[in-house]
Order: sequence, then structure tokens, then C-alpha cells
Amino acid sequence: MALVLDILSWISILIGAAFCLIGGIGLLRLPDVFSRMHAAGIVDTVGVVFIVLGLLLQAGWSMAAIKLLLIVFFVLYTSPVSTHALAQAAVSVGARPWVVDEDDEPTEKGDESSKT
Amino acid sequence: MLHALSLGLVLGVLWLLLSGYFVPLILALGLASVVLVVFIAHRMDVIDHEGQPVHLSWRIFPYWLWLLKEIFVSAVHVSRVILQPRMPIRPRMLNLKATQHTELGHVIYANSITLTPGTVTVELDDDNLAVHALTKETAEGLESGDMDRWVAAVEWETQLDQLIAARRAELKKDE
Repeated sequence: MALVLDILSWISILIGAAFCLIGGIGLLRLPDVFSRMHAAGIVDTVGVVFIVLGLLLQAGWSMAAIKLLLIVFFVLYTSPVSTHALAQAAVSVGARPWVVDEDDEPTEKGDESSKT
Repeated sequence: MLHALSLGLVLGVLWLLLSGYFVPLILALGLASVVLVVFIAHRMDVIDHEGQPVHLSWRIFPYWLWLLKEIFVSAVHVSRVILQPRMPIRPRMLNLKATQHTELGHVIYANSITLTPGTVTVELDDDNLAVHALTKETAEGLESGDMDRWVAAVEWETQLDQLIAARRAELKKDE
């Protein structure tokens, strides 16, 4: 049983870590402030949830489990507020999102679009 | 009063969960701090239906589950987009109308949008939302209005409450 829990917890932590890594890659690859926020959004939602889920399996029914749940709760409640504040700040200093209108034409995401 | 009680209850439970000590002295100190905080919050006039949404429907719990599922689905979608060498993103701005009737409802909706990877609420002005979406799929997911309806269902009872309060105020005026 302990082994099963360990394995499940490791899988969950690894999934969370993978999402954090992807979020980091996205942060670097995406072209402008607004699209980069989406990558950061992966980290502070699924990344956090899966890592804490893995830690919960390790903690079992204990005080630590309650604190871990509170961490998820507070992160999920505060992160959209900070993201929204960031987006507002970007708009107020005059950043405009880079927008693609056509749906079918593949985007040429080149280096020239990464200036914002 | 209901809101103050609710705040006290939340603080008390939180304190018990975080402390884990059940010795009389410590419990008394905890109770004293809870009372002090509720008193200060009352003096600051920050105890209201927004801080203590006791009127929200129980549907908030199934909504959380649904939202977690949505978050997971869009996280996988956005991750796939990011990892593709060509990175097929189609960033766009959407203008949405929130159908909720309370400010709290609008905020829940706007924050849920931001929480879902691939969509970020850039502006919230009354019931108009400006949303930045990363791909066509995430934009369409939002335009389908599922989330909007869910949040409207969650705040439904708050809304009813306000309607009753407004009606009462009207009746009072007539008298």
C-alpha cells in the first residue's frame, strides 16, 4: 500500500514538475507579454495542483495535509488577481497584444515578433 | 451580523487547523485573537457580503470541480501548443458580456477566466470583459458561454437575495 501511494505521489509530482517546465519554456518562447501570461498560468494552476497532490499523498491524514490544501486554495484565489493586475499594468503602459486575425494561415512565429 | 459570525467561524476553524494545540490557555488565546480580528474588521467596515459570501449557492463546490477539469483540459491544450515547434498560436482579444447580476459574480467569472490557462481577463468594466485568448480553441471555449452560465448558477441565490432586498426597500419607500 505504501509503495502504491509512493508511486502515485511520484507520478503526480512529476506531472506537476513537467507542467512547470512547460510553463517555463512557454514563458521564453511566446512572443509578447500577454501570451506569456498564459504560460505562467499553467505553472500556477496545474503545476501547483499536481505537485501539492503528490505531497498530499505523502502527508496522509495529518496537519500537514490541511496546510497543503490551504496552499492550493490561496494560490488558486490569489494568482488570477495578480495576473489580472499584471495585464492591467501592461495595458496602462501602452503594451498592445499581438493579434492574429486569420484562423487558417499558419503563423510565422519568427524572431521579429518577439519584441514587446 | 451573519457576516461577522461567518468571519469568526472561518477564522476560528483556520486557527484550530493551523495550531493543532488543544490546551485551554492556547485555545483561550486563539479565541481572543479571533474576537479581536472580527472586532477590528468590524471597525474597518470590511465585513460584508463580498468578503463573506455566505449567500453563494452550494453550486460553488461542483463549480470548483468543473473548473479544475477545465483548467486541466486547457493546460494540456496550451502545453501542446507551446511544445509544437511551429507554435500555432492565434492570439486575439475577445469582448464578452457577463450575464451575472452581482459584482461578486462578475469577479468570480473574470477570475475563473484568468485561472484557466489560455485566457486572461485584461479588463473588467461592470459587465464587459476584455479577454486575451491564446488560441482559437480557447477563445471558442469561452464564447460557448458554459463558464458564464456556471457562474450565473453559482451566484443565483445572492442575486435572489438582492432582488428581495431591493423589493423590500421599494415597499418601505411606498409606505
